Amino acid sequence: MPELPPASAHAPLSDQVMIEMQGVHKWYGAFHVLKEINLTVRKGERIVVCGPSGSGKSTTIRCINRLEEYQRGRIVVDGQELSNDVRQIERIRREVGMVFQHFNLFPHLTVLENCVLAPIWVRKLPRKQAEDIAMRYLERVKIPEQAGKYPGQLSGGQQQRVAIARSLCMNPKIMLFDEPTSALDPEMIKEVLDTMVTLAEDGMTMICVTHEMGFAKTVAHRVIFMDGGEIIEQNSPAEFFTHPQSDRTKLFLSQILHH
Amino acid sequence: MAETHIPHPILPPPSNSVGVLGWLRRNLFSSPLNIALTLLALYLLYTLIPPLLRWALLDATWTGDNREACSAHSGACWVFIRVHFEQFLYGFYPDDQRWRVNLAAILLVLGAAPLFIRAVPDRTKIRLGLSLLIGYPIIAFVLFKGGRLGLSAVDTSSWGGLLLTLVIAGVGMIAALPLGILLALGRRSQMPAIQTLCVTFIEFWRGVPLITVLFMSSVMLPLFLPAGMNFDKLLRALIGVTLFQAAYMAEVVRGGLQAIPKGQFEAAAALGLGYWKTMALIVLPQALKLVIPGIVNTFIALFKDTSLVLIIGLFDLMNIVHNATTNPEWLGFSTEGYVFTATVYWLFCFGMSRYSQNLEKRLHTGHKR
Repeated sequence: MPELPPASAHAPLSDQVMIEMQGVHKWYGAFHVLKEINLTVRKGERIVVCGPSGSGKSTTIRCINRLEEYQRGRIVVDGQELSNDVRQIERIRREVGMVFQHFNLFPHLTVLENCVLAPIWVRKLPRKQAEDIAMRYLERVKIPEQAGKYPGQLSGGQQQRVAIARSLCMNPKIMLFDEPTSALDPEMIKEVLDTMVTLAEDGMTMICVTHEMGFAKTVAHRVIFMDGGEIIEQNSPAEFFTHPQSDRTKLFLSQILHH
Repeated sequence: MAETHIPHPILPPPSNSVGVLGWLRRNLFSSPLNIALTLLALYLLYTLIPPLLRWALLDATWTGDNREACSAHSGACWVFIRVHFEQFLYGFYPDDQRWRVNLAAILLVLGAAPLFIRAVPDRTKIRLGLSLLIGYPIIAFVLFKGGRLGLSAVDTSSWGGLLLTLVIAGVGMIAALPLGILLALGRRSQMPAIQTLCVTFIEFWRGVPLITVLFMSSVMLPLFLPAGMNFDKLLRALIGVTLFQAAYMAEVVRGGLQAIPKGQFEAAAALGLGYWKTMALIVLPQALKLVIPGIVNTFIALFKDTSLVLIIGLFDLMNIVHNATTNPEWLGFSTEGYVFTATVYWLFCFGMSRYSQNLEKRLHTGHKR
């Protein structure tokens, strides 16, 4: 992947807060999945969330666009607080793009139709304009020639790049990535990571749940380690990988880096 | 030493595995049991087909206009069908007004023709289809019923024959599908009140036989209505058939909804689409495509079930043919009558079945689940 200068050398981040999670708790029935999550994400900040499976990483980012409910605490996204008001939730979702592990493209629509659907029906853009925007983003993820195909005719890596383009067509202020490369064959991981890196170069605010530690090292401003529904440790990638503080972090890193 | 690899030559398959011989061997004569079954089937065809052909075609009477014409031949008396043909099509619809039914039929064929032409773009087809679904029933109703636009009124009690069968089946299909979709969505709703309402409705209508529904609508409903208020018998039957069919349709559609992965809902939600847009643009197009076989199955069942309206005294195709066979002038030709009726039903049902297979093939987008 193209080398970025280490994140710490970037221009200082703006002080504008994009996401604020305060004391968020979530239970599935009696099971306490998220415990006292506090997280502040500033504009343009890139965060990688890692941790063992079942640690609550995905659940945490799915709370930010309210795909998951939470029972305690508050979340403010781009100055708007999440509530039970459906309209408010939909307003926030428009500004927050999400990329899923299993792509979740709409199989009955072509690649182009996948990309223009939300701009037309949610943003109310004219079809022509929405298609122009979609083609621009499909070019950016390097698959404009696939615009007329159906998702079922594409490889996994191509599908995930379409999914990224589909999210970008809504011109979101924040992008959430939920293990975007976990369902891909090894040779396709790179093309998706490259796409995410170009996104990072443009200053997109990103939260990415991933086990791609190379990506974390080069792209992230901050790495967050979660276990058992708690944020155990957060630090700059340089510090995180070289001087992990807690024993659980050390154990996790030794397991994923030495296999 | 470098060895060059010489590709193996491509050989033709053994001659007994391809062509007509191969097919015969594989499908008809592959084992002693298969050979015996093949021979038995051939013998049955030999004993059944010739007499059937003789009765229906060779020895049949095709011309003439009374029953005496048939006495010369031993086969079927198709004169019976010819003489009653108009009646079978229109029922007791007044002779001089039948052009209105024909006009409606021509309008339907012309209006629907573009839907069957491959070159027409899908977007146009959807628009045309929707406007037909909403507009055509109104046009057809005005034409059939009359009483406005200078058309003389024709009471629904004189509608009959194939016309009535198609009216009941058509209204049942067009009204039951959207109602069934709403019921299916309601049954999966998060709101307990809506869910309970839909479950109760579906389970009630699925639990009673159609005959009971028709009886209730024609005999019991008037008892509950205030004196002097009278609604059309056909309308009551249509409402009964529609509600009954909607309950079945709801369960077919629910099966499709359950097959849509959770990720589709989540992706739609993450893009900011609301409930109705998610359903209309993402979930229903996929779910309905999955259950085309189930929907058409229900339609076919409905088409044949329309013949039950004979018990409330409506003269649909089945009943009007039956009625003609009891005419003292034409006694003894019920076989011809029922063979004709069965053929007409079969043609319509088979047509629906073929169209649905064609639709499934065309809508397949090569996606894996």
